[in-house]
Amino acid sequence: MELSDSRPIAASADIVFKAITSAEVLQACVPGCKDLTGTAEEGFEATVVQKVGPVKATFKGQVVLSDMLAPESLTLTGEGKGGAAGFAKGGAHVRIEPSDEGVMLHYTFDAKVGGKLAQLGSRIIDGFAKKMADQFFTNLQEHIEGPQEIDSDVDEDPQGSDEGHSKKGWLKKLVS
Amino acid sequence: MPKDSGIGAPSKRREDVRFLTGAGNYTDDINVHGQAYVHFLRSDVAHGTINSINTDAAAAMSGVIRIFTGVDFEGVGGLPCGWQVTDRFGEAMQEPGHPVLAQGKVRHVGDPIAAIVADSLEEARNAAEAIELDITELPAVVDMKAALEDGATKVHDDLTSNLCYDWGFVEDNRDAVDDAIKNAAHVTTLELVNQRLVANPMEPRVAVGDYSRANDESTLYTTSQNPHVIRLLMGAFVLGIPEHKLRVVAPDVGGGFGTKIFHYAEEAFCTFAAKACNRPVKWTASRSEAFMSDAHGRDHVTKIELALDVDNNFTALRTETYANMGAYLSTFAPSVPTWLHGTLMAGNYKTPLIYVNVKAVFTNTVPVDAYRGAGRPEATFQLERVVDKAARELGVDPIALRRQNFITEFPYATPVAVEYDTGDYEATMVKLEEIADISGFAARRAESEKHGKLRGFGVNCYIEACGIAPSNLVGQLGARAGLYDAATVRVNATGSISVMVGAHSHGQGHETSFPQVVAEMLGIDEGMIDIVHGDSSKIPFGMGTYGSRSIAVCGSAMVRATEKIIAKAKKIAAHLLEAAEADIELKDGQFSVAGTDKSVAWGDVTLAAYVPHNYPLEDIEPGLEETAFYDPANFTYPAGAYACEVEVDPETGQVTVDRFVAADDFGNIINPMIVSGQVHGGLAQGIGQALLENCAYDENGQLLSASYMDYAMPRADDVPFYEVDHSAQTPCTHNPLGVKGCGEAGAIGSPPTIINAVIDALHSGGYDVTHIDMPASPSRVWAAMNAVK
Repeated sequence: MELSDSRPIAASADIVFKAITSAEVLQACVPGCKDLTGTAEEGFEATVVQKVGPVKATFKGQVVLSDMLAPESLTLTGEGKGGAAGFAKGGAHVRIEPSDEGVMLHYTFDAKVGGKLAQLGSRIIDGFAKKMADQFFTNLQEHIEGPQEIDSDVDEDPQGSDEGHSKKGWLKKLVS
Repeated sequence: MPKDSGIGAPSKRREDVRFLTGAGNYTDDINVHGQAYVHFLRSDVAHGTINSINTDAAAAMSGVIRIFTGVDFEGVGGLPCGWQVTDRFGEAMQEPGHPVLAQGKVRHVGDPIAAIVADSLEEARNAAEAIELDITELPAVVDMKAALEDGATKVHDDLTSNLCYDWGFVEDNRDAVDDAIKNAAHVTTLELVNQRLVANPMEPRVAVGDYSRANDESTLYTTSQNPHVIRLLMGAFVLGIPEHKLRVVAPDVGGGFGTKIFHYAEEAFCTFAAKACNRPVKWTASRSEAFMSDAHGRDHVTKIELALDVDNNFTALRTETYANMGAYLSTFAPSVPTWLHGTLMAGNYKTPLIYVNVKAVFTNTVPVDAYRGAGRPEATFQLERVVDKAARELGVDPIALRRQNFITEFPYATPVAVEYDTGDYEATMVKLEEIADISGFAARRAESEKHGKLRGFGVNCYIEACGIAPSNLVGQLGARAGLYDAATVRVNATGSISVMVGAHSHGQGHETSFPQVVAEMLGIDEGMIDIVHGDSSKIPFGMGTYGSRSIAVCGSAMVRATEKIIAKAKKIAAHLLEAAEADIELKDGQFSVAGTDKSVAWGDVTLAAYVPHNYPLEDIEPGLEETAFYDPANFTYPAGAYACEVEVDPETGQVTVDRFVAADDFGNIINPMIVSGQVHGGLAQGIGQALLENCAYDENGQLLSASYMDYAMPRADDVPFYEVDHSAQTPCTHNPLGVKGCGEAGAIGSPPTIINAVIDALHSGGYDVTHIDMPASPSRVWAAMNAVK
């Protein structure tokens, strides 16, 4: 089943597009992502730990960006193998529409699972996909805008090695 | 006054003492010294090309003894199919290879790719995670009709298409049936699905392979309904082990329902690997593995047309079925939609013209084979649903319409090649009407309606062909084995008896019912007789238990062997009594000379046979042991009439089975309590199919219902208290006990009864629903009601 949603982000289309194609941002925003390397052009290698219903597994696989029309739209597809847990595949098509406050992100997404995940988790996979997508775009929004309650002018960690701090630093780095 | 022993007595099941006290000896209870464990790495895609399997890292892991892949089985036979169907053009079916471990391609989720043998199960599982698989996923073939379209992806590249066979039966009737339907006064048409089911025996499958270098003997302990069949198939066709070097043991088996008939890859693997590794190798299926590796059942898509004349007599029947074979041919898969299905399409009715077309199709799903009833539930469901629909269309009473078309004279040769030797369908219907309390239905319906529920009454008749099977007949139909059975009656010196039987008991209670027969014949206590079954090294070459055959075929062999015992014992008794053999009578365990008070006891005769000091050694051998093989002359034809009442909640679509009554004719009955239990179990499985169970795949061939979270098995509160009766008895005319078999009846007769009742309930509420496919879950019933609102 294909689901869709949209979300406002208070940043320019260029910034949002750049963020979404950055390994650093993807690693920070893909829920459960433990490791992500590579480039937008060559594709990314990712390690994601996720729990789908009763099955928790480490998924290793690729994230590929395609149909890239900067700064308007792109498609993210990912496929991960979770060993005995089976596999998961998913994709999201993202459209970035300029708005008064910045941009409106429109996205459609779906997820497919195989092996044990399908056998045990098929009933909940649409809900899971929605949760994953919501979380990804929430993370992305927070990552770009910075958490509302924290003063983003204070750069406490110039190395950006810690995930929580790098979130705050990302937009600042880009615009400074 | 019921008897308290022998034939007809409700003797308590002696095997239950060990089953209920945890003393059963199941295959998983068998642990061989030094055994290793195997874990199978199975495909999680439905269809794919295997590019490479890298086992280097896994093989180096702790505890790993050896990792096997398809390459290790090149030169070893594939899993054989035991039945070859000839299509309607006279050509043999398409028969793909079925490797023990996947070679080149994977063809269903669960297809075994690699087998890791390790010191412990945990180490085997861990190593499986380290195997690097490179598989290119291919489009999956799931829908049967799409599988047959031109250009469809092929499950087997070396076959011409996904069609296994296109079977027509009786092909010569085809045109006449078409004409009769064209010219009929009324034709009722119904399209339906007989959904895919998973048998789910309580005990999952287990295999333990053992090999003795000392004498080059292999032993397989396995959860099988037929150890000799497994020995034959695995020894002769897969591994090339002669019978005298291969022992197959099926100890206590926790339910089979058909799914433990077949020869499985895991059995061949464990036997093969035990020799290759010189270690016993054990495999125990997890429940998830059972869902994706046990042969599934049913999965037919059917269109049926019933033609009637102006007087509502059935004039012709035409059916077209797509039958799913899955990705490979399981052992008896081709026979189920054909000879176990088409031959039963006459049902209880004298329809003169019948044509059955079946297209068997390969798909990227788990193989489908016999499940309790095997073909006969599929035949009964479509026939009894279309008859019920015809009654509603014509505005006639469904019982009257059935009655009017009953076969009443026997023997009756059907237009679908079988001859019913005996039966009395009116008698079971009369019995049904009596116990169903039909006259009280209107009041019960009114009461239900008072509570906002719709109550429906459903009725159904069934016939089945059991006592499988006459070997010369099934040989002509494509069976690659004989289907006789065998028994050895070994009388011991003190008069106790061991009966070695080819039939296997995995819930049927043979250990109780079989001794009742011998006890009756000899006039001795049942407790003196034990049954030995399940070990190919102990029992004669018999074909096991399926198709409600055990008492009709193996029981008949046991009768024949016991008759030989009696004949010899009479000779010994005549010698001891110094009388003529012709004058010796056996009654209540005493041999007496007719017309005199001279007699000698059973135990004296058996002792003389083994201590032949005073014995006619010049005429007969010492000892008292006889074997008989029995090949039936015909199938047996149990039949019956079932009725049920359901309540439907119109708010939710929830169906509740409130009453279920069954009137069966099983011929003579050995143990009425066991027969009732068999019917109860069959009804529960039939209700499960009608209302709850469904094995679902998605469009990519992913198995979606592989646990009890998604596959709904019937529970105690899903079934009512049953009223079962088997007093209407027309004994089988061609076997010595006059028995017909009762194991599958409940599962055959109940699904259409339930659906007929659901439709009746909906009509009572003004919902003009003509059919609901099984399982009639709340969502389906609710959707059907709202579609016609």
